[in-house]
Amino acid sequence: MMPEKGHVRPGEVIVGADSHTCTYGAFGAFATGIGSTEMAAVFATGKLWFRVPEVIKVNVTGKFRKLVTAKDLTLNVVGKIGADGAIYKGLEFSGSTIRNLSVDGRMVLCNMAVEMGAKAGIIEPDEKTLDYIKGRTDKAVKPVKSDSDAVYEKVLDVDVSDLEPQVAVPHSVDNVKPVSVVEDTKVDQAFIGSCTNGRLEDLRSAAQVLKDKKIARGVRLVVIPASQEIYLNALNEGLIKTFMEAGATIGNPNCGPCLGGHMGLMAEDEVCISSSNRNFVGRMGSTKSYVYLASPATVAASAVTGKITDPRRLKEEV
Amino acid sequence: MTINGKAITFGNNIDTDVILPGPYLVHTDPNELAKHAMEGLDPKFPEKAAEGIVVVGGKNFGCGSSREQAPLALKYAGVRCVLAESFARIFYRNSITIGLPVLACPGLSGKVEEGDEVVVNLQTGKVEDRTNGSVFQATQLPEFIMEILDDGGLIEHLKRRIETK
Repeated sequence: MMPEKGHVRPGEVIVGADSHTCTYGAFGAFATGIGSTEMAAVFATGKLWFRVPEVIKVNVTGKFRKLVTAKDLTLNVVGKIGADGAIYKGLEFSGSTIRNLSVDGRMVLCNMAVEMGAKAGIIEPDEKTLDYIKGRTDKAVKPVKSDSDAVYEKVLDVDVSDLEPQVAVPHSVDNVKPVSVVEDTKVDQAFIGSCTNGRLEDLRSAAQVLKDKKIARGVRLVVIPASQEIYLNALNEGLIKTFMEAGATIGNPNCGPCLGGHMGLMAEDEVCISSSNRNFVGRMGSTKSYVYLASPATVAASAVTGKITDPRRLKEEV
Repeated sequence: MTINGKAITFGNNIDTDVILPGPYLVHTDPNELAKHAMEGLDPKFPEKAAEGIVVVGGKNFGCGSSREQAPLALKYAGVRCVLAESFARIFYRNSITIGLPVLACPGLSGKVEEGDEVVVNLQTGKVEDRTNGSVFQATQLPEFIMEILDDGGLIEHLKRRIETK
């Protein structure tokens, strides 16, 4: 919503009362989550205390294989850095793969910065950033970039050329494995949506897998576009039709079952494969349910077979 | 300010979904939230915490969602202070905001046992385990954070500051 409505601009400092506020770093803004009372303090005084973070640079190169996406890269990085590997730090994502990523893909990466404890994720703004915000805001923007001699606490190099679809296994976000390791785990629910993966590119990717297919008997597929604009675009592109024909339930834009709110709460012993961001104990309902995190393509493929499935394998089979 | 209480210990990466599960976010009464504190890990926690306790956690305590209800539930359940190897940043901020003292104390986890009598000096950061006699040094809180805690949280702090202007 915030980027869509033109409230996110490069070079700005943004705070929000949501831990995934860090998503906006995809536009070269310094964006970080705070508490709701702190937000009231910001409204009242315009001020807040901060500690200047050290920065870890994640340099990503290589070209994704087919049906391997920004989410797989993100999960891979979370697995490498760990759930507490970037506490209070900034995470800068750079390299040729990031340059080639769409704005939607960049948001996936920055969204999950907080899953490594980071204060913010950030990507240097470029033409794609400026193209996106054009027509959404009248305000002049002052993009900022890292200095050429910037000091990093650590540099992590990642090559995506051979990356397989990734899955974060219960109950921690950094328990990340290639999909092949957990394939054939039976699922009761599949969820496509959330601030991590509820955008148009995600819905397109899922629809590509679901086209002319039906979800498995006994599986619930919940699809929730992340905003009204995305919902409308998905409707116009025929993606919603594809989901409906496959047997999915479409929800109005909101967080849905991601945080165990509503629209797909998990019962005891149930398993969900989800395009969201957290697989903690009880996150989506019962403390005895299990959440696997994956890309929208992997979630879609798993909904079709009723068990965790590499989306590339599903394509081959049909 | 000195805080004391029996220790209740937890491991690494204790997330806010287990500290206060999402379905209870509908409650606005902190005493109602307190009934579900730590429900994801130990439904008996509120009973154990009622006498006034000190939580001892591992690394990345409070990770995940930015929900302020997590530290609020702990505070109203009877938690007087949270000590941990390290904290997730939003939980850390939220705790200070609602007036729950939190101290990063590297080296503490695993050395304090459940039920040990713990004494914390907030000014100096000195942490004593009176049961086994060991002493730890926590990272001292900067003065402005001490002021917020002394005032009883951010809202009271700002009220006082705005009034005195």
